[in-house]
Amino acid sequence: MLRMINVGVAFEGDSGNKEVLKDINLTLENNKIYVMTGPNGGGKSSIAKAIMGIYPTSGRIMLDDTDISEMGITERARQGIGYAFQMPARFKGLKVRDLLRLASGGEKIDECQLLYDVGLCAQDYLNREINATFSGGELKRIEIASILARRLKVALFDEPEAGIDLWSFQRLTETFEALHRKYDTTIVIISHQERILRLADEVILISDGTVSGRTSHEEFLNQISEMDSNCLCKSDCIKGGAANAECSR
Amino acid sequence: MLNAVDKKLLEEVAGLHEIPQGAYNIRKNGEGISRNTTANINIVTKKDKPGIDVIIKPGTKNESVHIPVIMSKEGLTDVVYNTFEIGEDSDVVIVAGCGIHNSGDGRAQHDGIHEFFVRRGAKMKYVEKHYGEGSGRGEKVLNPKTVIEVEAGGVAELEMVQIKGVDRTVRDTEVVLHENARLIVTERLLTYMEQTAESIITVELKGEDSSAQIISRSVAQNDSKQVFHLNLRGHAKCRGHIQCDSIIMDNAHVSSIPEISALHSDAQLIHEAAIGKIASDQLVKLMTLGLTEKEAEDTVLKGFLN
Repeated sequence: MLRMINVGVAFEGDSGNKEVLKDINLTLENNKIYVMTGPNGGGKSSIAKAIMGIYPTSGRIMLDDTDISEMGITERARQGIGYAFQMPARFKGLKVRDLLRLASGGEKIDECQLLYDVGLCAQDYLNREINATFSGGELKRIEIASILARRLKVALFDEPEAGIDLWSFQRLTETFEALHRKYDTTIVIISHQERILRLADEVILISDGTVSGRTSHEEFLNQISEMDSNCLCKSDCIKGGAANAECSR
Repeated sequence: MLNAVDKKLLEEVAGLHEIPQGAYNIRKNGEGISRNTTANINIVTKKDKPGIDVIIKPGTKNESVHIPVIMSKEGLTDVVYNTFEIGEDSDVVIVAGCGIHNSGDGRAQHDGIHEFFVRRGAKMKYVEKHYGEGSGRGEKVLNPKTVIEVEAGGVAELEMVQIKGVDRTVRDTEVVLHENARLIVTERLLTYMEQTAESIITVELKGEDSSAQIISRSVAQNDSKQVFHLNLRGHAKCRGHIQCDSIIMDNAHVSSIPEISALHSDAQLIHEAAIGKIASDQLVKLMTLGLTEKEAEDTVLKGFLN
């Protein structure tokens, strides 16, 4: 279980201190899928980075009974927190196999199965360098595989569906479901995708650097379709339109 | 004849645990100490100056020549001239390299001047590793000069690695490519402490449809200095590509000085050069997998120079 208590993140900017997150109080339980959604720039990735230790925070973060607030990235990783980046890094010279082995921390892993779970053929990828020849979608899938290679208490996925084709998307949702079934991991997915939202035990709405709502996915999706059906000018509106899109203008 | 230090040096520069299979010539402290020739590969001592001629018969396939040099004496400057005749349509691997063990305060220097003639349709892979060790204050200096001529349809593949213990190096490589000839160079260089390294590669693409690809990767740490002069000259319809990537750390200095010259309107030449620190997103990613910052740094460097 992960608890965030009055967590804030602030950065020094040109125009003084900018608060990116304020008063975040969240309890995330084991064996549950949470989907964080909300407008761009609302603070979703910042919450994930605060949990991972990438951003310095005020307040307290507890993992089970351990206060991890003062721990660095490495220590938090060793405590069982993992983060699949929205924009994964490329590595000249490092192969997919190397990254998966580093991720596993010496535990025995089935590399072929891991790549299969993210819709990639192991034979084509294990010996490839994670360099500029990878497309955005391929890179995302390798990134997700590097998280699946670990036995985690808390797994954070930052827009895992971005850049992933429709065929692989189905595979990916099944992978999240399987992870949820098999392990006790707290799964947090940042996403705007309806099919990902449907996986959620709870939907957490983040905007303006705070938690602006917590609800079930049924309720959340109902609210959206209600807004849609009430809308009088769908074709000109950037808020409503079809279920999952900014409308075409 | 080989003691423990010699064996360690041989392993570092040539990957050899024992005396190699096939043709070889081992040079120690300025003298040839051991040699083997085969039916297809002859090795002859030069008469007019120190060095050897390695003659590979036309059509020789899948054979290798090891010509390691080891130095374990201080205060020695060893200059050697080696000439390689790679016969038509042969396909061979040449493993050179120099290891210096200098535990004294005097300088130990090896200047290897290598000249290659890769004849028509021949394929040569040349691997050169440089390595230095020893606790003394004496400098370990290696100045290789490599001159290669690749005839029509020939291929020269060069792998040049220097990642440990060489204090000063100036590596000078000159290549001439004739019609349809190909050159592939991979260079790996790591300097630290107060080491300096300079690499000059000049490729003359003289023949039609000749091509050259140079991939240079280096890491400069501490107070070390590196300079790269990578130079392609296209005299005909040809293709050339230089990729020069350096990671800079601490107080190191790196200069990358590109020069591409097209002397023909169908010459296509590209030079890409980049110098920068290890990208922080790489370090952060590896740390999120449980590596310390130092381990993450080592992992990135190891991959980069691999």
